[in-house]
Parts: sequence; structure tokens; C-alpha cells
Amino acid sequence: MVAVAIADQEQVLHEPQSFISRYIWSQDHKVIAIQYAITAIAVGLVALVLSWLIRLQIGFPNAFDFIDPASYYQFVTMHGMIMVIYLLTALLLGGFGNYLIPLMIGARDMVFPYMNMLSYWVYLLAVLVLMASFFVPGGPTGAGWTLYPPQAILQGTPGATWGIILMLLSLVIFIVAFTMGGLNYVTTVLQARTRGMTLMRMPLSVWGLFVATILGLLAFPALLVSGVMMLLDQVIGTSFFMPAIVDMGEQSTYSGGSPILFQHLFWFFGHPEVYIVALPAFGIVSDILSTHARKNIFGYRMMIWAIVIIGGMSFIVWAHHMYVSGMNPYFGFFFATTTLIIAVPTAIKVYNWVLTLWQGNIRLTVPMLFAIGFIFTFVNGGLTGLFLGNVTVDLPLSDTYFVVAHFHMVMGVSPILVIFAAIYHWYPKITGRMLDDTMGKIHFWTTFLGTYAIYFPMHYLGFLGVPRRYFAFGVTGFIPESAQMLNATITIAALFVGVFQFLFLFNLVWSLFKGKQAGSNPWEATTLEWQTPQTPPAHGNWGPELPEVHRWAYDYSVPGAPRDFIPQTVPFSETPFQIDTEHES
Amino acid sequence: MTLSIVLVLMIAGSILFHFLSPWYFTPIASNWGAIDATIELTFWITGFVFTAVNLFLAYAVFKYRYQANRRAAYEPENKKLELWLTGLTTIGVVAMLAPGLFVWSDFVNVPKEAHSFEVLGQQWHWGFRFPGKDGQLGTVDSRLINLDNPFGMNPDDPAGQDDVLINSNVVHLPVDKPVRALLRSKDVIHNFAVPQFRVKMDLVPGIVTFLWFTPTKTGTYDILCEELCGIGHHVMRGKVVVDEAADFQTWLDSYPTYAEVQARPPPDPVAGAAAFVLCATCHGAQGEGNIDQHGPKLSGQEPWYLKRQLEYFKQGVRGTHAEDAYGKLMAPMAATLINEQAIDNVIAYIQTLPDDPAPSTVHGNVDKGEKTYRLCAYCHGPKGHGRWALNAPRQAGMSDWYLVTQLKNFKHEIRGSHSGDLYGGQMSAMAKTLSSDAIINNLVAYINTLPPPDRAGQIVSVMPGAQKRRAVADE
Repeated sequence: MVAVAIADQEQVLHEPQSFISRYIWSQDHKVIAIQYAITAIAVGLVALVLSWLIRLQIGFPNAFDFIDPASYYQFVTMHGMIMVIYLLTALLLGGFGNYLIPLMIGARDMVFPYMNMLSYWVYLLAVLVLMASFFVPGGPTGAGWTLYPPQAILQGTPGATWGIILMLLSLVIFIVAFTMGGLNYVTTVLQARTRGMTLMRMPLSVWGLFVATILGLLAFPALLVSGVMMLLDQVIGTSFFMPAIVDMGEQSTYSGGSPILFQHLFWFFGHPEVYIVALPAFGIVSDILSTHARKNIFGYRMMIWAIVIIGGMSFIVWAHHMYVSGMNPYFGFFFATTTLIIAVPTAIKVYNWVLTLWQGNIRLTVPMLFAIGFIFTFVNGGLTGLFLGNVTVDLPLSDTYFVVAHFHMVMGVSPILVIFAAIYHWYPKITGRMLDDTMGKIHFWTTFLGTYAIYFPMHYLGFLGVPRRYFAFGVTGFIPESAQMLNATITIAALFVGVFQFLFLFNLVWSLFKGKQAGSNPWEATTLEWQTPQTPPAHGNWGPELPEVHRWAYDYSVPGAPRDFIPQTVPFSETPFQIDTEHES
Repeated sequence: MTLSIVLVLMIAGSILFHFLSPWYFTPIASNWGAIDATIELTFWITGFVFTAVNLFLAYAVFKYRYQANRRAAYEPENKKLELWLTGLTTIGVVAMLAPGLFVWSDFVNVPKEAHSFEVLGQQWHWGFRFPGKDGQLGTVDSRLINLDNPFGMNPDDPAGQDDVLINSNVVHLPVDKPVRALLRSKDVIHNFAVPQFRVKMDLVPGIVTFLWFTPTKTGTYDILCEELCGIGHHVMRGKVVVDEAADFQTWLDSYPTYAEVQARPPPDPVAGAAAFVLCATCHGAQGEGNIDQHGPKLSGQEPWYLKRQLEYFKQGVRGTHAEDAYGKLMAPMAATLINEQAIDNVIAYIQTLPDDPAPSTVHGNVDKGEKTYRLCAYCHGPKGHGRWALNAPRQAGMSDWYLVTQLKNFKHEIRGSHSGDLYGGQMSAMAKTLSSDAIINNLVAYINTLPPPDRAGQIVSVMPGAQKRRAVADE
């Protein structure tokens, strides 16, 4: 049934009628969220295994017959693209966005439930098309996740026929799915907030998801058009990105196109993409830190403005990925300046997270461990961004392992740590049971320490000048033998970290049946999703009456209050001890 | 408690790693010390922030750990503190950015006295071009690129006649002279990077990009491609040799100008026939190969390949490795070809010989070999016919036992490891992926099934001298 669920509408719409409409063709945002999450994690496992294969070759060159240069570049490409788009973007927006937005703003569902359902199924199609490229002649594309033409569609690159076509098709399909979901999230935030939920009372999770979705809606079209243009270049021989070239000694029929045009389009998408992943993580981690530190988030309004400013500025920094691309070098001045300016609001967010902990009463729960691990990792990854963003410093470091270490730290490990924190935090609401604490702690320590052991030393390979995307390094005059030892160590750390992710997956399944009963609000949190009448929330979330919001989301440890948290649904009339009404608008 | 201690240990460990680990900047060999200085400055500022923020984090986690009887503070905002932090951060950012932009301005503005030379990239090789006495590079067009004109020179441009063409992965540059590298690509995007020089820039087909530097230390440095350019990306290596000015000039003069390349007389197969008598004792009267004499089939092999190998044997690049028993037999034979003309002549004669497929002597699993061959096909072509543009010789219909020997030689660096072997290093890197003799046999058995090229009516020409290469004294 096509229906629009207006937030305060009492009649229940698109109620599931059968197993199929409850769990498969479901229009319930919570089911769709879980579908998104399971699919993203499944495809993420493929990418995890690919990262092992990559590391095996780097750590122990030529020890494995099934890894040759062609397959190595295919692994690298698929690992990157899956992780960035099909795991991180899909899990954060499709998974957490879907689950949290309606619950946190007090809506019964997304405003376009049918489109929401469609969004998931189209996303699944995109994943299947991408996975199909492993089985076509020539295999998946090995052009690197950035898919730079001309090489992406020429015969010197593996998967330059079927592989790249399926990759581009899959991206186009993904963007269709994202647009259906994204329009939904934005409209829901703007239209379906419950009574009293002003924008300046929204939890930062919702702010992060909201701004990230807007970024996505504005950025993905650039990827869409560049994908379509490259498809045309590949399939019918247009020359959007293809100048006159000599391909393996043969004159090509292309002429007049611009390879750098593709890079501009790609990074006009690609840089905001970093924040499409980062902003939801920023928002979510803010809420988790606040809840488990039993203290309000420090500088709430500043945090919102930082999210908005970072989001806006992310559209004018893209060419810092292209300092050595051969674009007009004068662009370097502009993009280095904008890039370093963006460091200021980002730094403020870090300060505010740390200041949130200051004078708190910190419960070191598993989600909190991951959140604190995130701060440490993100500080490291953010600071190395100041190296690469500063155009001069980028010259020696660009295209080396410094870049690989930086972006894995800042947009790989950091958001993943937040995703883990978020899963440990909201799993009790989603399933009604707690995740096992011991397994959670083992998972945290191995992941946090392991990833740092992988990526911190890797920066120093970059200083040496070790280039990225090399199947083998051979003999050079500048890479000492000891670098191979370091690479072997990193590989072992990577295998180790990877293995412990399976403990996490086991915990997810085990706790579903054996986990402790959670109750409705195990963390004693203030936000709306913890105030639902049932746990897990039933279809429609709120029962007959929508919740009404009276305060911001961070009334923890209010002086004079009997308990150290006051849910957003509690009116001021019930808290006479509270004098400070600054945050009451 | 544990978390705080671990965080402090991670901070201390990171700082210790920074100062104690053996992995840091490769010693600089160019004028770009200012880049290193900017990085050093960035390190101090970011290192301070890293330490300060994370120590504060560790301290907060320790000091405010959960106590049942304590209540957290309630402080939604602190405008003054936030302003201070914003201000200090801004100062730190400006302190890093401003010097960076000044150095970038130096990088963008090429000094007037800088001499230009061209770097030409292709999958997966380098080439170089220097302007002649007129100081001006001639015009080029990628539509003119072919076997005889690998640089795509415009034959009608007078400015290009004295250009010096260096069809080699090795380039020399004079020390202490600023140079502007003009970067051009034939096919895909590449990147010209020398870690010791600190600077790098992409080569983009369709446009000419540039960078400049002044080499400040004599020596030999690696040129790397640092933009993914296909499966051979990691073996797209070159060398830059920084020489004293006089040595540089000697090296440059050893290469022909474009006009000299064009003016070379055509080779004489009749004269070559006389020289071939000696070759025939091992390689057979028709160049068909002789396994008992360890002489591989020559007829039908690509002429540019034969020429390069003869030169290598003459120069001692091949046939000098202690374990290369049969190569050592070839070296004195090649020495009998006294000059380039003699080499051209004998190759011209070999091209007149009938090209019948060599007999199969190697057996293996053809299906498995086919899978392995997919990698080889990128350079040698899907049918093993060879590709001049990739400096990859023909394999199909050639002596299979010789392929096996050479694959093993490449794998064990008996061949390809000599610094003068411009392209053998690539093959060595690829051969290392063949982990067992069985895999090599399967591969060669598959190559035996490939049909030899049908050359009827096809003109295989090499303009004399176009492939001219000189021994490059590397050190």
C-alpha cells in the first residue's frame, strides 16, 4: 500500500499482515534498517576478506599463487568501493538513519514508507550487480576505487570491459536507492517531528544524519553523471573523459575528452562522501558520550553549527585530492586554504567531546569504550589530514602509504568504531537484549589496539616514500629491507583484527537468544527512542499517543533532580528544581 | 583505569616510535628543503595537539571514572572557553598553512633559468626528450605515434629536428641546475615521482603538465609511477642519474637527434646474410632454433627485440651472470657484430627467413596455463604475438624450451637484474609470481597452443636508429 504516514496521524498505516510483509516486503523503518544493516555487514565481510588478501601479498610477497598483479588490483578496488559506499554509507544512513530518525524525533515511521522499502530493494540490487562482477569474464574492475579514466576502460587494467560496466551500473543503481532513502530522511526530519521537538532540541545523531543526507543528495548526482558519462565512453565510444591516445601501440578512436574532468566530478562527490560517513558518526558518538558520561554534551549549539559548517564547506575542498593531478596549480592556494579552515570546526567538535567527559561520571560500558577509542583514533587521523590538506606538504606524501594510513584512520577505523559503539548502544532497543559484555570488551581491545598497530606505523612508510597501490615494491634505492618486516607485522595485525570481527558477529547472534533482558532504557538515556512503550518498539513506535517533547536531549545530572537523567518527554512542570531554562526555547 | 593507562602508553609509544623508528624521510637530493621544513613544522604543531588532547582525554577518563555516589557537573556551554579554543586552533592552522602557501608559490612559479626537458609516460615505460641547440622542443602529436616514431614527433617542425630522443627508462640530469620537467602521457594517467626530490606530478594524456626542481646531489635515484596505471603500475620504474655538467653533456651527446634518426641508411639484408653464417651454427640455417645447441628460434621474432638483446649481449648486460651458462656462450658471438649497422643488417636478414612454428617440447596442463597466461597477455598480447609499445617480445610459435629457461632465469634474477637491462626488471617481477616449475610448464604448454602471427602482407619495419640505445653507465 502506498501511504504517507503523517506523524500525528493516529490510524496505523501499512500494518504488516503476514510474515512476508513483516520481514521481507516491510515498510516499517525498523525492519528496513535491519535489512540495510545485515546486507551492508554481509558485503562488508567480503571487503574484509579482500583486505586480508591485499595484506597477504604486501606482507608476504608472492607467497600465494592466487594473487597476481591483476587480482591484487581487483581486490584493492573492490575493497575500497565496498567499504566506502556499500558498507559505510549504506550502514550509517540506510541502517542507523532508518532506525534512529523516526524514533529519535518521535515519528511513527518515515514519511514515505513505500519508497523507503523500495530504497532497500534497489540497494540490494546494486550490491548484487556489484557482486556479479566477480563472476564475469575478466573479473571485477581493477581500476582503483577512484576509477580514473582512461585506464579504467582500457585493456591495461583488469576488468576493463564487464567489470567496469557492472561497477558503474551498480553505482548508478546505488544512487537511485540512496536518493529514495535520502529524500525520505530529509523530509521526515523536516515534517514529522513530534510536538515540542524543535530543530534545536534534536539529538546530535539526528543532526548528523540529517546534514549528511543533504550532502549525499547534493553530491551523489556528480558521481551519477560521471558514471553515466564513463559508461558511454566505454560502451558506445564517446570521448567525455578520453583524449586522443595510443593504447598499447594502437591509435584509439577517442579524441578531445578530459581525464581531469572526471576527477573533478568524482571528488566533487568524493569529498562530501567523507562527511556523509563522518557526520552521522560525529552525531552518534556525541550522543553516546553524553549518555555514558552522564553529562550533557558540551557546547550543543556549537556542535550543530560545526556539523552544518563542515557539511557546507565539504563542497569547496574537493580538489585537495588533486594537488598533483595536473590541474591548474594555482587552485592549490584556494583548496589548501579552505581545507585547513575546515579543520577549525572539526577541532571544536573534538574539544567538545573531550570536555563532555570532563567532570562527567563516566560509565566505561562497551559502547563508551568504543566512543573513547573513536576520539583517540579520530584525533590521530584528523591531524594527519592537516599534512595532506596543506598543498606543499602533500607533494611528497601524495600517493604514498601516508595517504592510505590517513584515510583508513579517519574514515575507515573512526566511523567503524562509532558503528560498533552504536550497535552495542542500540542493540538492546533493537532486540530487547543486551550484547554480551565480555565478548564486547575483547572485541573492543583487539579492534582498537589492532587497528592502531596497523595504521600508525603505516604513516612512516609514507614518509619513506613507499608508493600506494603497488603489487610489489621490488628493489629501490630508498626502501630499506626493514620496511618489509614492518609490512609483515602490519599484515599479521590486520589478520588478527579481522578474526576478532567474527567474535562480534557471533556476539550479535548469540545475544539475540542468550543475551540479558535489556528493559526499555538500560543506559538510562534521555532521548525518545528509549521512551517507547514496547521494546523492541512495535509497528508505529508509540502506541496510540505520540510522545511530546519538553526539553533538549541532554538533561543529564541536572542539579537537584532525583535521578541523573531527565527524559525529553518530562515536562518542566515536573522538574521544579530546574532553574536554568536557557535551553528551553 | 586500564583505559587511561593504555591511552597514555599509546601516546608515549607513538612519540617514541616517531623518534626511534628507522623509518622516516629518505635523504633529500633537491632544492625542496622548504617542503621538509614545512612538514617538520606541521609535525611539531600536530604532535603537540595529539599529545595534549589525548593526555587530557586519558586524564578525564581516569579522574571522572564512574562512582555511584557522585553526580556529573551540569555545564551546557562555556562561551569563553569555546572562543579561546577556536582562537588557538585558528592560530595553529594559520601557522601551518601560511608557510605552506609560500612554498607552494615557489613550486608554481618556475624560475626563468630552468631548462626544460620532457618526460613521456606510457604503459609501463618512461621516455625522455631534450631540446637541441635551439633550446626548444619540437611539436608532437599523439596521432603520429607508431613503431618508427614512438615520440609522435612532427616531422615538419624545424624546432624538433635537433631534439634528442631518449627511448629509455634512464635519464640523466645535471647537478645544481634548475630543470622544468614537461610531462606528457601517451595513454593513461601516470605520475612522475622521485622520492628524494620530494616533488611529483601526474602525466595526463591530452595535456602537458609540469613541475620543477634542482637536483643537488649526484647519484642515481628511482623514478616511480605513483598514479595507478594498470597491472604494470608497480613495475613502471625508471632511474634518474644526477651528473656533473660535463658528464651529463657526454651522456646527452651519445643519443641521436630526431634528424639523425631519420637520416640513417636502411639496413642491408645481404650483408646481414654473411654475418648470419656464424649465428646459424647454433640457431639453425633458417634461424629455426636448435635445442641441442641451446640456440632458440630467431625467425619471426620482433626485430626491435632482437636488436636490444644483441646490444645487451655486446654490452655485457646479458651473458655475464655467473649462472647464465648459455648466455655466456652468446656474448662473444654478439661481439662479432662490430657496430649498430652490422646488427641492423643481420636482423634485416633474419626477417627474410621463413617463420615456421617451433616444435613443442614442453608439456603441461594447458587449462591451468591459460589462467596463468592472462597476466602475460597484458604485455605480450592475448595471442602471444608481442607488442612493441610494451617492449614485450613474441612468444607464440617460438622455442618453448627457451621460454622455460628464460622464465626461470627472470624469476631467479639471473636475467633482468642488471642495471642496464631496461625492461628485464619488469619481467623479473612478473616471473616471481610463478611459484613452481609445474606452473611454468603449464604456462608454456598453453603458449604452445597459441597460433603464430600471420605476417603475410604485413610490413614490420623499424626505422634505423629509432631503437638506438646506448649502454648507460649507471653509477
